[in-house]
Amino acid sequence: MDSITSTIQVVPLNHYILLSAILFSIGVIGVLIRRNAIIIFMSIELMLNSVNLLLTAFSAYSGDASGQVFVFFIMALAAAEVAVGLAIIVMVYRNTSSIDINILNRLKW
Amino acid sequence: MIDLVWLIPLFPFIGFLICGLGRNILPKAAIGIIASLAVLASFAVSLGIFFEFNGSTPAIIHLFDWIKVGNIDIPFSFQIDQLSILMLLIITGIGSLIHIYSTGYMSHDKGFGKFFSYLNLFIFFMLLLVLGSNYVIMFIGWEGVGLCSYLLIGFWYTNGAYADAAKKAFIMNRIGDLGFLIGVFLIITTFGSVSFAQIFPQAQGMVSGDATLTLITILLFVGAVGKSAQLPLFTWLPDAMAGPTPVSALIHAATMVTAGIYMIARSNILFTLSPVTMSIIAVIGLATAIVAAIIALTQTDIKKVLAYSTVSQLGYMFLGLGVGAYTGAFFHVLTHAFFKALLFLGAGSVIHAISDEQDMRKMGGLKKKLPITFFTMLMGTLAISGLPPFAGFFSKDEILAHVYEENKILWIIGVLGAMLTAFYMFRMMFLTFWGNFRGSEEQKHHLHESPVSMTIPLIILAILSVVGGFIGVPEVLGGGHWLSHYLAPVFDASTSRLSVIELSHVTEYMLMGISVAGVVIAIIYAYVKYVKNSHVPLADSEERSVLAKISYNKFYFDELYSAIIQKPLNVISEFFYKIVDKAGIDGFVNGLGKGSMEASKGLRLLQTGNVGFYIFAMVIGVLGILIYSFFKF
Repeated sequence: MDSITSTIQVVPLNHYILLSAILFSIGVIGVLIRRNAIIIFMSIELMLNSVNLLLTAFSAYSGDASGQVFVFFIMALAAAEVAVGLAIIVMVYRNTSSIDINILNRLKW
Repeated sequence: MIDLVWLIPLFPFIGFLICGLGRNILPKAAIGIIASLAVLASFAVSLGIFFEFNGSTPAIIHLFDWIKVGNIDIPFSFQIDQLSILMLLIITGIGSLIHIYSTGYMSHDKGFGKFFSYLNLFIFFMLLLVLGSNYVIMFIGWEGVGLCSYLLIGFWYTNGAYADAAKKAFIMNRIGDLGFLIGVFLIITTFGSVSFAQIFPQAQGMVSGDATLTLITILLFVGAVGKSAQLPLFTWLPDAMAGPTPVSALIHAATMVTAGIYMIARSNILFTLSPVTMSIIAVIGLATAIVAAIIALTQTDIKKVLAYSTVSQLGYMFLGLGVGAYTGAFFHVLTHAFFKALLFLGAGSVIHAISDEQDMRKMGGLKKKLPITFFTMLMGTLAISGLPPFAGFFSKDEILAHVYEENKILWIIGVLGAMLTAFYMFRMMFLTFWGNFRGSEEQKHHLHESPVSMTIPLIILAILSVVGGFIGVPEVLGGGHWLSHYLAPVFDASTSRLSVIELSHVTEYMLMGISVAGVVIAIIYAYVKYVKNSHVPLADSEERSVLAKISYNKFYFDELYSAIIQKPLNVISEFFYKIVDKAGIDGFVNGLGKGSMEASKGLRLLQTGNVGFYIFAMVIGVLGILIYSFFKF
């Protein structure tokens, strides 16, 4: 455990923050500009994982394990979310033979 | 027997239920008999109580506790004393005669069952009014008779004018009722009770002229003004003649309109202790008596003449109350009930005979065709004119004698009013029964004496009009004045406080002589004008002299009320309806609705269904919050 912590601490904290911010922004932009449901899904995963990374980094630097516990929670949650989300995408595909997210326009009032 | 008093109002109420519910099922004869029997049964019980009761203190029959809130205790109980017994006899006695009469009079009407159920309901409420042992029960009866009066005036409601007359009566009564109601509230705050038995002893301990007492009595008098058709609220009574004639006889002559006098006589001690109110009552009573008598001089509708005569006679009763002649005023209530019911029923008989014609200009010469009606009406006319020994002479004379003690000027005006009474009553008799028939050939062919069911009540009432006065023959004429002894327990507290100036016998003879002479002169003048010179009132289109015009148009009271109350009220209502309600309140409420509709229409466009846009909005929002919190700290 100590070795992992020290390994993490080799890289300065600022770099982790920067990397997470970049990954998160890529995720956001991906969600915003892509219309393929799978890609949007992957972008969401990207956002989640950027947060995970940040949590791990902070946890290591402050010597508090609860941050890493949180990461496991988020992973479990993300897995569940993926299961539901992919099921929705499969249904969308079966109904419309496409996974273009704009098809969901039809769901408005 | 006294314990059975609750039966008295119960009989008419049961009659009302049977006639009302069975109006389409029961045959007409059964309805007539049931309704009449119900009132007759009440009359029988009343008679029993009359003969049994001889206490000097009122008997209170407690039926059940009604309202008990805090310190206020309003039991549902009846009070039996001399005053209520006499009223009971008048209401049920004359009421049953009029019921019997109505079975004949209304026999051709298709609202027969409805008519009798209303009539029974009226009797029920009127009995409640006089039996109640507190002001609240009296008020129930007071409102109830007003309701029945409304229903019966508008009995032929398909005629718009009749329905309007009913509304007019109802609204005018409402003005008075408000006064009465506020008076009762004031009584509760002052005396902490509404029961007569608790209020009057307390009041006896108060000083004469007490401000609260004066206010209470004025408010109660306002109620009486509305119900008993005095100036300035009298205009509903003549219009109330729109109802069937038996209704006019029962409600608008014999019973309901005397409720105001009953109420004041009942509360006599309160009024005695308020000299200011007494003066107001006397002046208003006399003014009403004169104004109504002047209007009656030129009316051409036979029922209108009688209606104004009723208003005028009620004025005399209030004049009597105002000068402290409680017995005299009540005596006049009694005799007036006899002869005015008789006159109305007689007029009804005439109208019935002449195919529903009410205009006296189209009558005349009915003496031979309707002998019984003629003779009985003549008795009634003599009685109302105040010729001895008919009933009206004694009661009117008693009032006028008291007025003379109080104020000579009022007395002179009162005697003038009596002369006017004699003149217009005989004018009516001469126009109707003397001379030649002026109606159409068809009406002439149809003329007939009324059926027995109508003539018998006429005959009974005629007998009462002749002998009814003998219950109150004054000492000066060798009588014992049974009535004043009988009523003494009720008015004791008041009479001991009023200063009584004993008139010498010579003065009393002189007063009687003058009024009788005046009446005789008036009758002779009417005879010369309408029989000798066969004068017939002008048609509506012809030009009248100024004075006749004022009288014929009822002093323009209706026009005056229309100008100073109705029109401004309409303008204000219009303003409130159009500006405040429609534009203001409705505008605000509808504006709120419209505003949110419009706002939604705009905001709706935001929900495009484009998920990308939603996420974009969310990101912008998150960024906004971040930037805000960044700059905030």
